[in-house]
Amino acid sequence: MSKFQLFAKGLIKENPVFVLLLGMCPTLGTTTSAINGMGMGIATMFVLMLSNMAIALIRNVVPDKVRIPCFIVVIASFVTVVELLMQAFVPDLYATLGVFIPLIVVNCIILGRAEAFASKNTVFDSMLDGLGIGVGFVLALTVLGGTRELLGAGSLFGRKFITGDGILIFVLAPGAFMVFGFLMVLFNKLSARLNPKAK
Amino acid sequence: MEYFIIVISAIFVNNIVLSQFLAICPFLGVSNKVSTSIGMGMAVTFVIGLSSIVAYLIQYYVLVPLHIEYMQTIVFILLIAALVQMVEIILKKISPALYQALGVFLPLITTNCAVLGVAILLVQKEFNLLQSFTFAVSTALGFMLALVLFAGLRERLDLEEQPKSMKGLPIILITASILAMAFMGFSGLV
Repeated sequence: MSKFQLFAKGLIKENPVFVLLLGMCPTLGTTTSAINGMGMGIATMFVLMLSNMAIALIRNVVPDKVRIPCFIVVIASFVTVVELLMQAFVPDLYATLGVFIPLIVVNCIILGRAEAFASKNTVFDSMLDGLGIGVGFVLALTVLGGTRELLGAGSLFGRKFITGDGILIFVLAPGAFMVFGFLMVLFNKLSARLNPKAK
Repeated sequence: MEYFIIVISAIFVNNIVLSQFLAICPFLGVSNKVSTSIGMGMAVTFVIGLSSIVAYLIQYYVLVPLHIEYMQTIVFILLIAALVQMVEIILKKISPALYQALGVFLPLITTNCAVLGVAILLVQKEFNLLQSFTFAVSTALGFMLALVLFAGLRERLDLEEQPKSMKGLPIILITASILAMAFMGFSGLV
């Protein structure tokens, strides 16, 4: 697999949200607007990339039996770093995302990549893998957040272009499940049309 | 009265799955059958109740006196992982029957964000020990309620014919959306 493929597979083919179905909680919980979704995505991407690199660095030192606790400590440390940085530089976003920032620790995408990829590959490859999957996650969250914001508030990235209130339910809890459900229908339909060979 | 409000609000109004979006993974993953969902719900209630007490003690007797509150995330996740392991070992020894019933679900719980989420929330909300425990257990019961209701819906859903692109997760998510809408009826209750 070339270096570019390593990066690009996370975008569509192995998109963590739409294909691998990982990291559901932040996906549904933080995507009330495009900007919130993107912020959450970027925070996760940083943690994913840095922890992938760190784990690839220590992969030959850590004994096999205690690797999962070690990975969790590495991930939790980077989450704390991101948490403190966000508190300092984007306090508004930090307040909106709330409990979901510390919960990046238990995001299955990150531990999944650590276990499946970073513990077996070089530092540079692991970084590319983390970046690819991370960008895929950012994309998915931004699309979901954008759709919900568009339907629910008639705006996109905070810019309003429909007068009136929008359909409030899409910003509330049921809207998250519904928009995500219908986006997946769309994704399935499109990918079935794009490569009819696969089933 | 105060405790009553905590219970009602945690189970119905701010249901952890359907309005807070925590613990979505087990909610979608282990809701195939009503019987397994009851087992999962019980295991989660047990672990969340226990971890809330330990998290409370660690927060106020270790982290705050030492001024290392920023270590919260790291300490709590290790604590939960250790606790789950311990519960598993103890249950195996003391009550093999309960272990048989809950055993498969226990390792899954470490990555259940509800456990860490509740631990962080109860610190954020500045509850005292008894309030924390009440909050934790009722949140877990809310999770169990949502899980069992949803498993019931899914058992019926399996028997129906579905459009091709909607098979699998999409139809499940849309069903969850309708269930969440039903739970919205509770908002404003407290």
